[in-house]
Amino acid sequence: MSTLVIAEHNNSALAPVTLNVVTAAKEIGNEITVLVAGADCGAAAEQAAKVDGVAKVLVADNAAYANQLAENMGLLIADLGKGFTHILAAATTNGKNYLPRAAAALDVEQISDIVRVDSADTFARPIYAGNAVATVQSSDAIKVITVRGTSFDAAAAEGGSAAVEAVDAAHDAGISAFAGEELAKSDRPELTAADVVISGGRGMQNGDNFELLYKVADKIGAAVGASRAAVDAGFVPNDMQVGQTGKIVAPQLYIAVGISGAIQHLAGMKESKVIVAINKDEEAPIFSVADYGLVADLFEAVPELEKLV
Amino acid sequence: MKVLVAVKRVIDYNVKVRVKPDNTDVDLANVKMAMNPFCEIAVEEAVRLKEKGVATEIVVVSIGDKKSEEQIRTALALGADRGILVETDENVSSLTAAKILKGLVDKEEPSIVLLGKQSIDSDNNQTGQMLASLAGLPQGTFASEVVVDGDKVNVTREIDGGLQTVALNLPAVVTTDLRLNEPRYAKLPDIMKAKRKPLDKTTPADLGVEVASKVATLKVEPPAERSAGIKVGSVEELVEKLKNEAKVL
Repeated sequence: MSTLVIAEHNNSALAPVTLNVVTAAKEIGNEITVLVAGADCGAAAEQAAKVDGVAKVLVADNAAYANQLAENMGLLIADLGKGFTHILAAATTNGKNYLPRAAAALDVEQISDIVRVDSADTFARPIYAGNAVATVQSSDAIKVITVRGTSFDAAAAEGGSAAVEAVDAAHDAGISAFAGEELAKSDRPELTAADVVISGGRGMQNGDNFELLYKVADKIGAAVGASRAAVDAGFVPNDMQVGQTGKIVAPQLYIAVGISGAIQHLAGMKESKVIVAINKDEEAPIFSVADYGLVADLFEAVPELEKLV
Repeated sequence: MKVLVAVKRVIDYNVKVRVKPDNTDVDLANVKMAMNPFCEIAVEEAVRLKEKGVATEIVVVSIGDKKSEEQIRTALALGADRGILVETDENVSSLTAAKILKGLVDKEEPSIVLLGKQSIDSDNNQTGQMLASLAGLPQGTFASEVVVDGDKVNVTREIDGGLQTVALNLPAVVTTDLRLNEPRYAKLPDIMKAKRKPLDKTTPADLGVEVASKVATLKVEPPAERSAGIKVGSVEELVEKLKNEAKVL
């Protein structure tokens, strides 16, 4: 029994979510190997080697993996994964992109987005936008799994001293190419890793009004999110969306501003430790999950909040 | 160019999902069913490709019991040309669905296969990727823009940090994200016309696929309930509670 964890990284650093996946791997209980696939990804591999609980790090450093194209990553993971009983990746847009390709190539099913490990073959995962939780048992020879990062604590980033081994592999499917990216530039913390998240909904009325939230966020070091309604209305880009079809967050404090609380949105934030709702409609469903509700006009309440925090 | 679109019949997204008292599954008896919203976006994109003169034929396929014919008819009313129902009464896993679709891709030889990124029932987000893997095709998942350019398709993808564009050799698999387009509604005359469009039926066995799953559902439970807290009267009181009671500020 052995587990391969696919590292999420940007070549120079390991993404924090990898630490949560390592914890899920620890709960499964096998020896843990981490695969760092990228180009000039030595720095990320060194960080992976220090993570507590990691026995070995495989480094596939090749131009073919530079942008983690699913076609090439799928081949690599299927090839290396044959020697393992479990293959885990984060349920991020990267993991969701390449891991099913590897699973199909191995002719096994994938268990998506697990939130709990019951045993080495039994896991819990949300279905129907989080309105139900299914406990599933896999009898596949290799369990291929994506992990919801916010459901597992982060493993210690220091303390381990895993052996680092280079993998001499260059799987280039030759059918796809990276053509560019536009990454949101922000000094604020990443949504899924932030301790505090402040999100706006349709009640914000337009994109410019999100400035009110940015001001509060910058004062308390929060990330800014949005409901799907706000994204659909074109107020803010989709990478800010919190919800079943967007990002799943579980911060210490979640402040929902002008968000009615559709099931879709609740699925993305209801694991937050403390939830605050500010909404002028006292019947809004968001109040049914909020620890602290404030019935108020957000255009008065948010600037006041900015002053008081 | 031929476009193959896969659609799935699922619980209507407005319906409140309830878990059965015996915890075996969610209760789907007498609930409204509809086309999966991400599949609607896939159909719309196919129709737009045809309107632009890029696509010449749209084939829509669904895997499921005979009621899935309704969702195929909906797609035909929206502009698809013909339908294929792969009929089975069994639960089909993502891997099995991908194998069935691979069989149809071999037969139909489409240039683009469009699917929703995930279905709102099982929330797996796998079938398109698995199909692409089995068929040896490139994939553009979570698409917010699809531009066909000669023998390639450029797909802009919604990724965690923003947007990424990949250039894929055709044929290719594309899965849709929310912002790709806004699906239209079917017009009544088109709904009537759709009834006369061809709809073939086949089975997984006809395509050489056995419906099986190595993943068993042991139980289905409602999520942990979160109870409502208190209402505060002012921002001042809110900040005070967050600092001193919840200690999160």
